[in-house]
Amino acid sequence: MSDVRYLTAGDTALVMEFGTAIDESVNRQVKRVYDALRARPVKGIFEAVPTFRSLLIYYNPCQISYEKLVKKLKKLEQSSSGILTASKKIIHIPVLYGGEYGEDIADVAAYTKLTEQQIISLHSEKEYLIYMLGFLPGFAYLGGLDPRLHTPRLKNPRTKIPQGSVGIGGEQTGIYPLASPGGWRLIGRTPLKPYDPARKEPFLYQAGDYIKFDPVTAEEYKQIESLVEEGKYTAKEEVR
Amino acid sequence: MGLLIHSPGPLATVQDDGRYGYMDRGFSPSGAMDKKSLAIANILVGNAPYEAAIETTLTGLTAEFTSEAIFAITGADVLPELNGERIAMYAAYKAKAGDTLRCGAARIGLRTYFAFAGGLDIPSVLKSKSTNLKCKLGGYQGSALKAGDEIPFLCARPVLRDMMMRGLDIELSGFSEPIRVVMGPQNDYFTDDGIGTFLSSPYQVTMDSDRMGIKLDGPAVSSKAGVDIISDGIPLGGIQIPSNGKPIIMMADRQTTGGYAKIATVITADVNRVAQFRPGDRLKFTKISLKEAQDIYRYEAECLKKLEKLWKK
Repeated sequence: MSDVRYLTAGDTALVMEFGTAIDESVNRQVKRVYDALRARPVKGIFEAVPTFRSLLIYYNPCQISYEKLVKKLKKLEQSSSGILTASKKIIHIPVLYGGEYGEDIADVAAYTKLTEQQIISLHSEKEYLIYMLGFLPGFAYLGGLDPRLHTPRLKNPRTKIPQGSVGIGGEQTGIYPLASPGGWRLIGRTPLKPYDPARKEPFLYQAGDYIKFDPVTAEEYKQIESLVEEGKYTAKEEVR
Repeated sequence: MGLLIHSPGPLATVQDDGRYGYMDRGFSPSGAMDKKSLAIANILVGNAPYEAAIETTLTGLTAEFTSEAIFAITGADVLPELNGERIAMYAAYKAKAGDTLRCGAARIGLRTYFAFAGGLDIPSVLKSKSTNLKCKLGGYQGSALKAGDEIPFLCARPVLRDMMMRGLDIELSGFSEPIRVVMGPQNDYFTDDGIGTFLSSPYQVTMDSDRMGIKLDGPAVSSKAGVDIISDGIPLGGIQIPSNGKPIIMMADRQTTGGYAKIATVITADVNRVAQFRPGDRLKFTKISLKEAQDIYRYEAECLKKLEKLWKK
């Protein structure tokens, strides 16, 4: 039996709530229904926003009634629940850790009582699931940061964090896809642009993909940066 | 060749229906705050209802036509003048190159829409001409309009039939009637008392309100055990209750996701109304059923369709 809750979100949206915790298997269910909707669009639905444990569905009530929509979604839920987990896609993000690009790494070291080298290896050895994109275009909410790296956010957020900055905020880690204000502790920077409106595919990754950070040297960073500028760099991807 | 802006007022942006298909990647939908006024302006000048137009805030545009155009102004009445002569809101006019448009501060309401026959020659970015101020994308060079900007028209020599009849007797109204909401998605986070407070108290629009959200001041809405949720999607008109208990109505430039519980959602028809409330204005919420809300939605869509047919054969 399905235990998905259907919640009203006004006259043009509803929420499918798959669970109440941040959990990979719950997130996978969200992703399954989201993928099914993208593969076979339902007339009347004009947008679907997957999040940690729910899917916000926007629809036009002139094209589909609430009752009919819920019926269709329940069917979809069941037909997609049998699908085995699709292959895992891992996107490699080169990161130059520390130095001027990761100016808070010393603070993180002081707080966590780890050396900078330990921080780098703990941070870069994991494959992080992208639970959702939100807040800013291409801002990935990643799960699975090693608890030893948890560091509180800055008391006074910075007014401008450069594009590509990699930071730790509480129990989370992520990349700033655009220059923006923010309160995370910066530990490095990637020369890649997670979001680039000029690129044919503006986003490097989507919800459900995994991110792996690869430490690079200052020299490699510069090389990649100029390739990115020329539009000649393709992020390394692995599918397992 | 288009409209040369002399003064844009506090905030003028190019907006259409909004940017859809990218919310799953974190893009605010943007788009006109009062889509009904946008649609009527476009229909008056023979455009598709959600063609891009200029949205102003509080004070209307003062500008010069550098080429011929047919235009209409809707929404908040900004007492427009063409070459020094008062013209009506909600009516199509023809301007020649060299004509000047001058608008004042809104008499009532907050946002005014300026639509031009044939539309604006603005590139579509991610399938929309709407300005996303935070990402500096879409609209006119990704930003709010400034004095000296020249917004090009798509159509060099617009011709419309029935020019004399392209007028409507509309004025923004209903500022004292309650804002209708459908409860949810997270109304179960709030106590009965909290919901009672929310549905019975007057709230005042604060100065901190913008295209992202309308922040209200008034009695705090009490929750059962806090208002933090695991971040989920924010619908248009979603009413977040942050930790101070004061409601925020999430509007066109809202973040796609957020971590505060949403007690209720303003119905689409009233999102357009609330977009016209100014800081200092008071409002009350009233709850209706989803069925009633969708009947209203369909009725309004039907009205717009009829309007579209009015000047079409």
